[in-house]
Amino acid sequence: MALSESLARLRYKYIPDHLIGEILSKRWADNLVPLLFLLLTVAGLGSFIPNFFTIQSLSDASRQLGEFSIVVIGLTIVMLGGGIDLSVGAIFGLTAFAAVSVVYIFAMPIWLAFLAAVGVGALAGAFNGFLIGYLRLRAFLTTLVTFIILRAIFDILVVDHAAEIQLSDVSSPTWDFIGDGTILNLPVSFVAAIVVAIIAHIFLTRLRPGWHILAVGGSRRSAYNAGIAVRRTIFMSYVISGVCCGIAGFLIAARLSGVGPGTGAGLEIMALTAAVVGGNSLGGGRGSIAKGLMGAVVVLVLTNGLIRLGFNSGANQMVLGVVLALAVILDVRWLKNRHKMLAKVYVAPIYAKMDASRSAAPDSGSPYALNDRLANTEFIGLGELEGPEDVILDNDDHLYCGTRHGDVVRYFAPDYKRHEVFAHTGGFPLGLAFDRDGALKVCVGAMGLYSITPDKEVSRLSAETNRSRLSVIDDARLRDPNDCDIAPDGRIFFTDSTTRYDAHDWALDSIEARPTGRILCYDPRTGKTRTVLDRLTYANGVCMAHDGQSFFFAESWACRVSRYWFDGPKAGTVEIVIKDMPGYPDNINRASDGRYWMAWLGMRTPSFDIALRKPGMRRRMTRRLPQDDWLFPNINQGGVVKFDENGEISDVLGNLGGLSHPMVTSMREHKGYLYVGGILNNRIGRYKLDGADPAWTSNRSYWGAKS
Amino acid sequence: MPSGGSLTQDPCMNIRSHIRQETVVLLLAVAIFIASSIFLNGFIEASNIVTLVRGVALLGILAIGMGIVVIGRGIDLSVVSILAISVACMLQLLNMSYSLPSALAITLAGVIVMGGINGFLVAYAEVPAIFATLASGTFVYGIGRSQWLSGDVVYMPDNQTGFMAMGELKFLGIPAEIYFFLGIAFLAFLALRFTRPGRFIYFMGDNFAAARNMGIPVRPVIVLQYIVSALIAFVAGVIMAASLHSMNTRIVNSTLLYDIILVVVIGGIGLSGGKGGIRNVIVGTLLIGILLNAMTILDIPDLYQKLIKASFLLVALIADGFINPRDEQTDQAGDI
Repeated sequence: MALSESLARLRYKYIPDHLIGEILSKRWADNLVPLLFLLLTVAGLGSFIPNFFTIQSLSDASRQLGEFSIVVIGLTIVMLGGGIDLSVGAIFGLTAFAAVSVVYIFAMPIWLAFLAAVGVGALAGAFNGFLIGYLRLRAFLTTLVTFIILRAIFDILVVDHAAEIQLSDVSSPTWDFIGDGTILNLPVSFVAAIVVAIIAHIFLTRLRPGWHILAVGGSRRSAYNAGIAVRRTIFMSYVISGVCCGIAGFLIAARLSGVGPGTGAGLEIMALTAAVVGGNSLGGGRGSIAKGLMGAVVVLVLTNGLIRLGFNSGANQMVLGVVLALAVILDVRWLKNRHKMLAKVYVAPIYAKMDASRSAAPDSGSPYALNDRLANTEFIGLGELEGPEDVILDNDDHLYCGTRHGDVVRYFAPDYKRHEVFAHTGGFPLGLAFDRDGALKVCVGAMGLYSITPDKEVSRLSAETNRSRLSVIDDARLRDPNDCDIAPDGRIFFTDSTTRYDAHDWALDSIEARPTGRILCYDPRTGKTRTVLDRLTYANGVCMAHDGQSFFFAESWACRVSRYWFDGPKAGTVEIVIKDMPGYPDNINRASDGRYWMAWLGMRTPSFDIALRKPGMRRRMTRRLPQDDWLFPNINQGGVVKFDENGEISDVLGNLGGLSHPMVTSMREHKGYLYVGGILNNRIGRYKLDGADPAWTSNRSYWGAKS
Repeated sequence: MPSGGSLTQDPCMNIRSHIRQETVVLLLAVAIFIASSIFLNGFIEASNIVTLVRGVALLGILAIGMGIVVIGRGIDLSVVSILAISVACMLQLLNMSYSLPSALAITLAGVIVMGGINGFLVAYAEVPAIFATLASGTFVYGIGRSQWLSGDVVYMPDNQTGFMAMGELKFLGIPAEIYFFLGIAFLAFLALRFTRPGRFIYFMGDNFAAARNMGIPVRPVIVLQYIVSALIAFVAGVIMAASLHSMNTRIVNSTLLYDIILVVVIGGIGLSGGKGGIRNVIVGTLLIGILLNAMTILDIPDLYQKLIKASFLLVALIADGFINPRDEQTDQAGDI
């Protein structure tokens, strides 16, 4: 091996390129940029400004932060619902006035002041919500206008009643405590903000109305069509924002013991900047309370820092304007290009060396030599079927297969001319197996393991397995359940081909060649699924051996068949049965003579074998070329192979030129015939086997004569 | 001409679409004018008419710029900031004894750059117009006020007699502002009606995706739109400074911006774009100008005037919502 190739092998073995794509595909990746910005701001200003981190300065800042972040939380909720609320500053001022007037003018108890503030906030929010939710006005302009209206009312009230408030001699220890006191050394307003944040977070992530807000923000039309009361949900989001402003207004009223014309001035642009800088999307649907809080800290640190640095009045607006514009640009561009970038970065090929195989050329004399025997099969369902990945027959000789449209179709014996939709699964049914009671177990692509009773009742058996500890991507989810088989005790062993790609992206997995496939075991006694084997290179076919203690499984991109013992003296061991085949193996099934049938979905080519040793080339290929120009495994030519427990090849069926059966993904022997399916084919082939036991059926082989 | 004529395709709205919004607004303006002349003391006096006409002209000039942007389905919230800061900076330069042409050239360049930045943000960075201009307006005011200007109000140096005289200029007893307003309105009318970019603005406002698909250079046209809007704001600012002999940057915090939007919406230029024209701006300006003047004569306190104007705008927005309805099936996420 050349030195450069050894280096490539080591580099692609130890540097986990795939993590970049996996991290970017996570929702929490959206938090990374705001968090970085937060750290930079705090560190930058902290080192610039002396005494920035003293207790006194932090305590003042945290009081401010408490009120401010409550307002930002409200705005964040509105933005998540796809709206915007520019009237927060005015509502904030108005509610502060409400609280102050209850305490100082009417000399009423503090709890009433709180209720008044929250009530005024809710009322103002309801006004916004009615206009935007029910009358469907444009949120931005409408709240700008309500901002002017509420601000004008506030200014009129302040002018009329300022003196009255200042001359009042009411004093209340509770009021002072809310304004100046601390709980566990934390200012009251800060504690209040934490409580509001936790409640808001639970509301958004765990409760139905919160989910509705996110759904409406994510896609208004889909939410409407899904039956969510869109208008009411939007209305509620503004009411919530108003209530948040009310709480914050109450807190600032207590802190300042009064209101002035400047209360809440310019708050809307600060809150808006905070919410956007934190990473909440303008269009709605994407964002979280945590993001709003991060933004609140950034904005407060920035504005306080500017004051401490001695800039005069306009500087705040200058910086906020720039930060707002940059944050919005980042948000818009990120939302627009995220999936493009992800698609570019996600495919992370590894180095894989394929050892030389024996030839499959027709006249090579090797045991793999292909022939044209599958060219002359009878066709079943020609032109009616799309994508019969696996085929199976029941005790009455009816034929079942999956289709691309999500159905399991049944063709009736004896001539297989008539058919019916046996059941609809919604996903792409792949591997099939009958259990002892005649129920059909189906691996449904992208969905999981399902069971269909003879009465056509569909039920889900498994959609998740145990999560492995260190995987970034969610590997509990079944992405590509491919083939299944059933042990004598009823346990179902099935393959999940890859954890990194959805079923229809299998070709990307072949280019990446990363071993992420798994074999899972569903135990009907507990209803649980756990991972039995992992790190397989596209785990595909699985078939119980005749001994009932072990199964064979195929790894497509490794061109390898192995045997795993789950019971008996060799339990837990894996042995390679066949390696370095010239074809990519797919499903495996039992044969009548004690051997096994295996489908080849395609044949290896020298060009793709070399490409597997050049991960850099494959990476460049996926990034720079359109998909039509990529180098894929050859799937224009497949076949069926018969092998025994020692890995000896005893028979090969092929279709040279691939007019009838180019890509073979499964075959099933039944009463002297072999039924051949292909995931990209439009037919099932029926091939007469010479010398095969005309009474043998797969079901009898598994479950005995009585079934 | 897409102005006002086709308010909606809904057949049951046919009767309403015969009565154009601009006709209603014009009749309303005339009615209020007559009512004010009869019931308000001093409304019809020559001196008040001059004041009214001046206020109307300024509002109208600004509304023309806003109207052009709104027709192209945008909005420009930075006009008042640009108006105030650019003219204040020009006066500051004059105070620093720059010559008038060089001060004019410097500020003009600055104004074009700001308009260009607005356009770039909207067209190339694809930031929603309302955010881009809100941010840029805030930025312009912030940087001007904190970095360039020494105080809130910048006065015109006494040696600029020619400039000051412009404010007093009259033809046939009518202040020069009116001629500026009519001149700009006529130019904008010609541009929107007979030039390529003008027609493109209508297409973009009517159906942006279709306009882009048929090959209209949408991005350069958007940039042009915002540059024109900024330039018109600057012209309005110069006229304002000529008559007041100073520029008060606190105007940014006034409701001038909302008066402008009010004129545009009331005049009948739908906020969803593609509709209306300069005629709508003129009738909107007349109505709002007369209303503002009447309120001043009635001696309504400034705060209450604010309240009344904002309520008017709210009613206008609600009416706009009914005339140009949006619904769950056609709303786009982010279309706020």
